[in-house]
Amino acid sequence: MAPNQQGDAFPLTRHSVVAAAQAHDPQERVRALDAITSAYWRPVYKYVRLRWRLEREDAEDFTQDFFSRLLEKDFLASYDPAKGKLRTFLRTCIDRLFLNQTRDAHRQKRGNAAVHVSLDFEEAEHELAASTQAGSPKDYFEKDYFEKEWVRTLFALAVERLRAQCQLAGKTMQVTLFERYDLGDAEERPSYAALAQEFNIAVTDVTNYLAFARREFRRCVLQQLREMTGSDEEFKREAQSLLGVEPK
Amino acid sequence: MKFLPDQVVARLQTEMQTPDLSGTRYRALKFLGRGGMGSVWLAADAVLHRSVALKVLSAESSSADLAARLMLEAIILARLEHPGIVPVHDAGTLPDGRTFYCMKYVEGHMLEQHVGGLGLRQRLQLIQRIAEPLAFAHSRGIIHRDLKPQNIMVGAFGEVLIMDWGLAKVMAAFSESIPAGQAEGQEPARAMQGPLQSVALASGNTTAHGSVLGTPGYMAPEQERGDVNLIDQRTDVFGLGSILQSAIQDKTGAQRSEPLSRPLWAICNKATAAEMSARYSSVQELADDLGRYLDDMAVSAYQENLFERTVRLVNRNRVAVVLVLAYLLMRMLFILFSRK
Repeated sequence: MAPNQQGDAFPLTRHSVVAAAQAHDPQERVRALDAITSAYWRPVYKYVRLRWRLEREDAEDFTQDFFSRLLEKDFLASYDPAKGKLRTFLRTCIDRLFLNQTRDAHRQKRGNAAVHVSLDFEEAEHELAASTQAGSPKDYFEKDYFEKEWVRTLFALAVERLRAQCQLAGKTMQVTLFERYDLGDAEERPSYAALAQEFNIAVTDVTNYLAFARREFRRCVLQQLREMTGSDEEFKREAQSLLGVEPK
Repeated sequence: MKFLPDQVVARLQTEMQTPDLSGTRYRALKFLGRGGMGSVWLAADAVLHRSVALKVLSAESSSADLAARLMLEAIILARLEHPGIVPVHDAGTLPDGRTFYCMKYVEGHMLEQHVGGLGLRQRLQLIQRIAEPLAFAHSRGIIHRDLKPQNIMVGAFGEVLIMDWGLAKVMAAFSESIPAGQAEGQEPARAMQGPLQSVALASGNTTAHGSVLGTPGYMAPEQERGDVNLIDQRTDVFGLGSILQSAIQDKTGAQRSEPLSRPLWAICNKATAAEMSARYSSVQELADDLGRYLDDMAVSAYQENLFERTVRLVNRNRVAVVLVLAYLLMRMLFILFSRK
């Protein structure tokens, strides 16, 4: 059997956003940090709300502060991809920052001038409420809560990427079916036949469109993951444990 | 950005871990389990319209080295054409870059499930049947090295199959037909995964001296010590002996009414002797001894005394003994009555 050449390969030679954030070019750095902020602010916000029980306003300030410092203080310069995952590094930074602020007891609130990405805390608060209703209280204090939120954000950003790419390529039906079938409520999940009837297409088309969308989604996740990890090695490890693939 | 509930995230993650079979003749139907280096999937073969099993290199253990090792497992299986060894149909690389091989989908039970309802005699006969494909593999210079009840399946027609050759070793004298770089010394390793709890402490292209490969509880002492160079077919004798021990000791939880005799224990002890030289020299020798035990004959593993020998001979020739005793009784009665 000949291997499918298109595959899910993602070029390992591409510089990660983390590498760009450590670059000398200020513009490149800002763009990279914006990308990191987009990918990580929700996990950070939810993490401090639950782990450190910060009030909503304090958690917002803390999140703004954290990403401002990331930009201003060259936090990422001390990150060594060989020593661990980026998200573990960030979580350690969050904990340290929180403990330092608590110790100093006079936290300096910063504006969001340094953070260029719009942080929709209202939406994050709704998500938090939804997840806290669904889970048991002990889940919020698990060590991997930050990781769970990170995976959620990764997939959500990949869905956005998929939607944008499919719209650009005129493949809206594929992404619509994907959203209805794979992102829908498990209890109300329609059958392939029902989807075929609803969209007036053949059942085989539903199968093919969903297969296409899943393949593309997989590719989007890998692209997103590449941007959210600190090194090729970390990217490979994450791809292996998260998606079960060995990226080429 | 759309919020994804936990169940959707979990579903997407599962979806992502399903091997990418797009563009292939296979379609994943069901996750069957995890074993050795990879996960095993039930798949539909669209060309031949049949169910097959796909063993796909697991994500965590995915590396060029392990990919080569999985391929070696496929090559070994392809070389071992025997009814007791699951046949390989296809092997290659999936679109997502993972190595896989396709094999016959065996519908049946694991040995442990199967022996539950069997008596001692049937269990011993089953062990004898496991020895057949194993002896065949040894004749082809392949040592399984990971024999345990979980790696033995009994198919729908009662056929006994030895599964999971991921740790198999190709002996030097038989390595000519194995592709370069995959012959002697390049021994499949596996990650510690799931219920199989196999140990893989090997790395690199060769299994270095000192590497521990096998499953605790069924591993021969030379495997535990990492004496890779000492491993030969007697290592599999130990594995089969451990399976025998587990089958007759009712580790399966089944009820066994027959008492275990000394010769049978002696067979177990000889098969699982710590010293390789004290074991049976081949699985066939072990199977033959079991056959002798089942036929009420003297076994090589046990030196019986005169009483035990007499009892065994009486048991074995019950009809003749009864006839002789009846004749003697009649003769005695005849003499007694004729005197009166």
